[in-house]
Amino acid sequence: MDKNQYLDMFLDESTEHLQAMNDNLLKLESNPTDNSIIDEIFRSAHTLKGMSATMGYEDLAKLTHHMENVLDAIRNNKLKASSELMDVVFESVDDLEAMVTDVANGGEGKRDVSAAVSKLERLEKGEVLSEVAATKEMEKTSSNQKHDFDDFELTVLSQSKEQGFQGYSLEISLRADVILKAARVFMVFEVLEQIGEVIKSVPTVDQLEEENFDLSFSVTIVTKDPEEDVKAKVMKVSEIEDVKITLIETPDSKEEKENTSNDQQQANETVSNEEEGQQEKKTSPASSKTIRVNIDRLDSLMNLFEELVIDRGRLEQISKDLSSSELTETVEHMSRISGDLQSIILNMRMVPVEQVFNRFPRMVRGLAKDLDKKMNLNIIGAETELDRTVIDEIGDPLVHLLRNSIDHGVEVPAVRKQAGKSEEGQITLKAYHSGNHVFIEVSDDGAGINRDKVLAKAISRGVVSQENAANLTDTQVYELLFSSGLSTADEISDISGRGVGLDVVKNKIESLGGHVTVNSVLDQGTVFSIQLPLTLSIISVMLVEVQDEKYAVPLSSIIETAIIKKEDIMAAHNQKVIDFRGSVVPLINLTNFFDVPKTREDDEFYSIVIIRKGEKMAALVVNAFIGQQEIVLKSLGDYLNNAFAISGATILGNGQVALIIDCNALIK
Amino acid sequence: MSEGSGLQDMKVIVFQLKDEEYGVEVDQVRSIERVEHITRVPSTPDFVEGVINLRGVVTPIIDLRKRFEIEAIDHTDTTRVIIVTVGNMDVGLVVDAANDVIDISRESVEPPPEVVGSLEAEYIQGVAKLEKRLLILLNLDKVLNRTEREQMKDIERSV
Repeated sequence: MDKNQYLDMFLDESTEHLQAMNDNLLKLESNPTDNSIIDEIFRSAHTLKGMSATMGYEDLAKLTHHMENVLDAIRNNKLKASSELMDVVFESVDDLEAMVTDVANGGEGKRDVSAAVSKLERLEKGEVLSEVAATKEMEKTSSNQKHDFDDFELTVLSQSKEQGFQGYSLEISLRADVILKAARVFMVFEVLEQIGEVIKSVPTVDQLEEENFDLSFSVTIVTKDPEEDVKAKVMKVSEIEDVKITLIETPDSKEEKENTSNDQQQANETVSNEEEGQQEKKTSPASSKTIRVNIDRLDSLMNLFEELVIDRGRLEQISKDLSSSELTETVEHMSRISGDLQSIILNMRMVPVEQVFNRFPRMVRGLAKDLDKKMNLNIIGAETELDRTVIDEIGDPLVHLLRNSIDHGVEVPAVRKQAGKSEEGQITLKAYHSGNHVFIEVSDDGAGINRDKVLAKAISRGVVSQENAANLTDTQVYELLFSSGLSTADEISDISGRGVGLDVVKNKIESLGGHVTVNSVLDQGTVFSIQLPLTLSIISVMLVEVQDEKYAVPLSSIIETAIIKKEDIMAAHNQKVIDFRGSVVPLINLTNFFDVPKTREDDEFYSIVIIRKGEKMAALVVNAFIGQQEIVLKSLGDYLNNAFAISGATILGNGQVALIIDCNALIK
Repeated sequence: MSEGSGLQDMKVIVFQLKDEEYGVEVDQVRSIERVEHITRVPSTPDFVEGVINLRGVVTPIIDLRKRFEIEAIDHTDTTRVIIVTVGNMDVGLVVDAANDVIDISRESVEPPPEVVGSLEAEYIQGVAKLEKRLLILLNLDKVLNRTEREQMKDIERSV
């Protein structure tokens, strides 16, 4: 079998299901008797098993199968979702993840699962439930749902009632000698659709059309016709044995129904607040409808749109020249529409940061167990949206910061108790928009950063000198954490504390055009705050002219622009420098640096752009400033991807390409 | 692209450089464009003219005359950019004129003339003899080859 064409789909879906399993297992842990959660997990596991078996990943299928058995036992109250049990299940999910990752990397998805399997088997020992039983169970539950209406259907029913329609439930049975079941079904539906609207059928229409039913089926319709008429009309269809029609009472009666079922359930279960949880589950809206689109397609959509923007610019120019009011109106209308289109296209590339965040609860739980600490992860603002390109990059730095908080920040329970805090540490992951930036904060209520400890370490590592140390502000001391080779944990653990974490974080964030800062109060906690641009594909630049060529300098690297006199330029060891607000800044003449053909005479005044990289600065000599602009960042293509000091290109309003200067490469 | 692998014809885009006619297979050609504004890219090899905006995609442009060390001329009305795809790169080739698409049979293609020490022969996939014309079929992989790119990196380093 040619698996390749299905492989992508398999990987996407299995990752999704694994994530769902992780999420729900965490929920289950805090809510161990909620059967609806187990159902969710079971469904994910079941689908995963089916998929992996089809794709021939036997180890995957085998492990999932055993997991299913355990879950089933929990569902049937034969097992308790104890902490040890959860650990084993989590381990199995880890194994599954490892196998899926292996498949993603081109492997066979093989792994020794015997250990995990035997653990699972021991768990379900004595109550081996066959697969058949499990499926039967599922079937049973589905048939029980016959008269359950979901939110949407209930809304339709109640709204119809307000407008004078009545809801009926029809039990239609066909004659035993019926030949064309599907045809009869079709005719029934046609009749019903003439007199009203069919809002639900059991089994579903698809199944009915495939004759996937016995002899009877039920349909819910809304109509203005009285009960008898509906029945009579349906009975006219030949080969119909009988029609049982009942009026559906909505919506007050639905509440009654729920109340009675609540009572029943409460009789079975004792804890009532879990009941509420279940109710919430049922009424929560279905997840929004989405389709998967390859990011390349969005990119090409973006490219085409940019072409359109360039043409729009030309059209605007033409309509101005021609001064025809009709043309001007049309062009203005087009401009407005394309403005809306632009924001939609940009928004399509935005994805909720949830995609990154949702793997953290699991990680925190695992690390907390390893370290014998108690902690709780609060996630705030998971719906905050960020450009896809940023999302892909932000995961690792956040992992580092979280590990840091878990390992160094939150203290062990005993210490926390002594300090008068609750034993459970709180770690908060918070994302929010502000202006053109997104902020992500990782905060903990742990011990905070000990200034003296950091300084002592920094001095012993030679990062700062003894004399300077005393003069540093607290913020400067905290900044030291981001310098390489500094780890303040007394013991080096395998979670963090290799002294490579935070400087990697800083570099990564800065390469994304962001900043990371840290703030801390001793004994109260630490906050790491990351500031990121909303998108990487659109950046603000200063356009400058170098002779006749145009270049773009990213605003994020510019300190300021200035015009200086020729005699202000000094020479220091063959390097031209200027005195800029008291510091000596080297001068880079872009005309010479980029070998630009000379078309203009030097004059008395030089236009300079002061750029920075970290603490270092440089001044770029250009011929003129054009202005500030938002541009779309494009790569130079594979053939030229190594052009020196050029980070990319962009297309200007006139359709020409301008190069973007890589300021980081200009400063050594 | 092994020549003589069948009797079927191949379609070739014909273009001119100085007095000679060259051909590239139609499959490798994405489009033929008039020369518009080319943005120079600093510190790249001499034959890299720069980049253009090709319907929203920044595409590098190579001057084939300079690439083959033929004396350079200014662009004229007939000058064209042939956009070719090699691997996953799109590159534009500046040529004197491009005005023909012809079918040639694979049989008429002969291997490149073996001249010792001739670098140019590397770039040639074969020579097709038509009635009165001689068509040089280019091996685009070689024209845009890796060592060339390495060379470009060296230049960058020396800057």
